[in-house]
Amino acid sequence: MENAIEVRDLKIRYRSFKKLSIRKSLFRFGKNEQETFEAIRGISFSVPKGQIMGIVGKNGSGKSTLLRAIAGVFSPDEGEIDLHGHTVSLLALGVGFQKKLTGRENIMLAGMLLGFTEEEVREKMPRIIRFADIGEFIDKPVQTYSSGMHSKLSFAITAILETEIMLIDEVLSVGDAKFKKKSYKKMKQLIANKDRTVVIVSHSSATLKKLCDTILWLHEGKIMMQGTTDEVLPEYEKFMQ
Amino acid sequence: MKRFINDCKKYYKYAIYSGKAELKSDIAQSHLSWLWWILDPLLFMLVYTFVSLIVFGKAEQYFSAFIFIGYTSFKFFEKTLKGSVKLVAANKAIVKKVYIPKHILLFRKMYVNGFTSAVSFILVFCTMALYRVPLTYHVISFIPLVVLLLLVTFGFSTILMHFGVFVEDLSNLIAVGLRLLFYLSGVFYSLEKRLESKILRSILLKCNPVAFIIDQMRRALLYGKGIDWKLYFVWIVISIVLAVIGLRLIYRNENGYVKVI
Repeated sequence: MENAIEVRDLKIRYRSFKKLSIRKSLFRFGKNEQETFEAIRGISFSVPKGQIMGIVGKNGSGKSTLLRAIAGVFSPDEGEIDLHGHTVSLLALGVGFQKKLTGRENIMLAGMLLGFTEEEVREKMPRIIRFADIGEFIDKPVQTYSSGMHSKLSFAITAILETEIMLIDEVLSVGDAKFKKKSYKKMKQLIANKDRTVVIVSHSSATLKKLCDTILWLHEGKIMMQGTTDEVLPEYEKFMQ
Repeated sequence: MKRFINDCKKYYKYAIYSGKAELKSDIAQSHLSWLWWILDPLLFMLVYTFVSLIVFGKAEQYFSAFIFIGYTSFKFFEKTLKGSVKLVAANKAIVKKVYIPKHILLFRKMYVNGFTSAVSFILVFCTMALYRVPLTYHVISFIPLVVLLLLVTFGFSTILMHFGVFVEDLSNLIAVGLRLLFYLSGVFYSLEKRLESKILRSILLKCNPVAFIIDQMRRALLYGKGIDWKLYFVWIVISIVLAVIGLRLIYRNENGYVKVI
């Protein structure tokens, strides 16, 4: 089966600088405060095209770092991530909105940041606006939006722009009750598409059981276990107790 | 270098589109909208003319154009440097969710500031026409001088952008430093004529890139004189070195930015 994501010997380190003031920096006489923390410690796995993979692990195990690395937010310090030319988007609330700009302009910017051309985003714009369902606010600055409107618009952008690989970080339903239902339905529809590869990070075993084919269990930056949902989730739940 | 070029190719459309959107939102939020792009340099020119003529009783030939050149060049440098210190934090909504080469944020800032400066430079040429300044072929030197201004600004800004992520009060220090630089760049007076000390004059005109650019631009545009090409290329090399250092710092440490902001 063709792979959509291939991760080989991936290592991601943070040079964890602390914020310093000039006064503090001067009194340290040049001592380097830089510490390196390895969030992902040499992992390898692949995700076949069309598969839905869940990632589990306790807080600080490297789940979100891994997801962001696949999305390209972090570049690998060692190893590589090969997406075989597939488009990828990270569905997390607020796709990097610029508050002073209108919803319409933010759709364009978010789309271009996700790797779509201006024409592609323009073409999908009416569908995004229709799905977001925020009325005349679409032409008002995002800073005037309620948090619900903000969520609706960001969800609509990622859902309608439909990248080939979707990365979902704990966001499975957003907005008010009506929009929650609509977004969950849309999410299931997106996930159900056999050509789309999905990676979901969630703490909810019930959600992962319902949606995922396989599970990757991360522990302190390393793979603890990988396999089908039925194999991994019971072991993970036992471990967490 | 290869990565920098590839990133520029991939994201230049985004930089331009977001720059245009930022300009649009800026004018949408003020009552006089785009008129501020003209009013701002015009009003400052009047203030500096008042201070120079009435308070100090000094003036230069083609004084309005003289001030416009100084003000426009310095303002571009100042606004970009000040903005670069907090640039990553100001864009944390983007930086935390998608990958964007951080210098693209700087390009956007330079595009916005460059556009307003271009309007201001049009005023320079209008004022020159009003004064009937005789034009010589040296006017062409304006273009390489603008290139130098862009490069110098980019070089310093990349370094400040990196350190601005980690040093909380860097923006305060930069604000004070830029204020000092403003008075040492001859924005509304001639360093050549007003400074008596030859050494100080030489240091300021050679070691302060903004003073050098302003002085050379006035020579080329207003006084029909050639520019100091030797020093010009020295500053080009320094700017490129600064930009390379800044870009390397950013590429090496950008993984850590997300955690700090």
